[in-house]
Amino acid sequence: MSGSVILHGRTVVPGSVEGEALVSHEPISGWGGIDPARGVIIEPRHELFGVCFTGKILVFPSAKGSSGWSGFFQTTRLSGTAPIGMVIGRISAKSALGAVVTRVPAITDLDADPCSVIATGDWVLIDNSTVEVTKR
Amino acid sequence: MFLTDEEKRMRDGAEGDAVAAAMDLLIRYGYALDAERLCDIRNVAGTMTQPSPVKARLVAEGGWDKAFAVINLDSDLDLTVPPMRVPTCQLQHGFGPDSVDIVPYPAANVALQSDAEAFYGRHGVNILATCTPYQVGNLPLRGEHCAWMESSAVIYANSVLGARTNCEGIASTGAASLTGKIPCWGNHLDENRLGTHLISVEGHAVESFQDWGMLGYFAGGVAGEDHPVITGSVSRPDLTELKHFGAAAATSGGVELYHIPGITPEAATVEAAFGSAAAVPAAAVYGPAERRAVYETLNEIGSSTDVDFVLLGCPHASVDQIRQAAGLLDGKRLSAGTELWIMAPRALKVMADRSGYTAVIERAGGRVLADSCPAMSRAAPAGTRVFATDSAKQAHYLPAILGIEAWFGTLEECVAAAVTGRWNGGLH
Repeated sequence: MSGSVILHGRTVVPGSVEGEALVSHEPISGWGGIDPARGVIIEPRHELFGVCFTGKILVFPSAKGSSGWSGFFQTTRLSGTAPIGMVIGRISAKSALGAVVTRVPAITDLDADPCSVIATGDWVLIDNSTVEVTKR
Repeated sequence: MFLTDEEKRMRDGAEGDAVAAAMDLLIRYGYALDAERLCDIRNVAGTMTQPSPVKARLVAEGGWDKAFAVINLDSDLDLTVPPMRVPTCQLQHGFGPDSVDIVPYPAANVALQSDAEAFYGRHGVNILATCTPYQVGNLPLRGEHCAWMESSAVIYANSVLGARTNCEGIASTGAASLTGKIPCWGNHLDENRLGTHLISVEGHAVESFQDWGMLGYFAGGVAGEDHPVITGSVSRPDLTELKHFGAAAATSGGVELYHIPGITPEAATVEAAFGSAAAVPAAAVYGPAERRAVYETLNEIGSSTDVDFVLLGCPHASVDQIRQAAGLLDGKRLSAGTELWIMAPRALKVMADRSGYTAVIERAGGRVLADSCPAMSRAAPAGTRVFATDSAKQAHYLPAILGIEAWFGTLEECVAAAVTGRWNGGLH
């Protein structure tokens, strides 16, 4: 499959970035869900268990679990293991603050479910309130 | 986002650089949420003292002012931390000096945290050092706007106390502590506090501590980040059971608010929980099959029945939970290869000491520990491969954090495992 799709949404953190998508269909935990030193998902029951998100555009439906979420993603920034952008299905206090303190372009409230439209490996361009997806 | 004149003055530096940085973070955060305005709060529960490698590096570079700027305000500026503007407490953090010979936890962390307590105490932070501030004197009133972290405390404050807080984070609580402000969004607004999912308990009545935790884990799975409403065959819960229920619901999902009509304060009836009779959705049934499925999920990480470690008190134990454990351990002796720790708020450990419960537990070989937990501090007894707990939350998290196997059961099963060194639990 090739060609591109454009999704429209609401800016969470302003900015533009492009890169490869890593898509989670399940919510992501911060504390107890990721190892910020390595940028890896460590929740044993998670579909992305053992997968590294460093340098990827992380596409996920929502944040779950502990209020340590934002602090753990802030630590990925301070440790050089952060994702480079976030596409968030449904915003919450955890993921909004998490995106702010990770300081990467982030977007939510898209006009289609990003976790269905985007697949891991697709090339994604976040530009403020739009996401351009090039299928791979 | 609308800002009052007072908030604009804070943003523009009239109250100093640190308050300006705090307001800058709140504005960025409010934008991310699409919040219309900020609300006034005077109850903050956050974390400043918990040791971490990043924090140790920042303190070495620029002291606690630097660590607070970067971590608690998300600011790169060179700031001086002013006194807390509104009442602010420290939640659970690392282990303290009295744990040194018991818990394998780095001495450097203990020293860093002691230094942090002194610094933040001078700046007006109440060092409650527990995930359950509501057990040790921080009890917000119904309708009170707060800025709390700690998912198990947030869900308790919203649901059981009827206070209003989102599940805040380190930077937002840091900014709130210096401004008395937080985005007025989500759980702060009347229209966002109604139920969304109805769960009907049928068949096996939920009336034990274990069953309340399993129901919470189920409710989080059903409701995700939304608001479950519980009806059907449930007993009248007490503080410890709702503490367990909420922690579990916030773990399996992202639940920050639930209603139990007739029990929790904002919903006298099922109809009131959803706003009207017409809004009541079809119920998801929690029956014997669903109960067994939750039990099996929480026990799927266990394979070896040789238990090295038993962990009680997640969220931090009440005095009564410590008393119950002491009652079961009285006159017993732990298996040679097994340790048992009960986590509690320090204020309540003092009461347990005074009541003689700690001495009974220690005579059996167990410990009552304050301030932290194995998950927060990534510390369990040396060589632990298999642990048992009565907490759905710890059964969920600790295998991921420490790479160990987990068994989830009742308090009685956990104490029996500590005494025999063997797991012999089952769903009854």
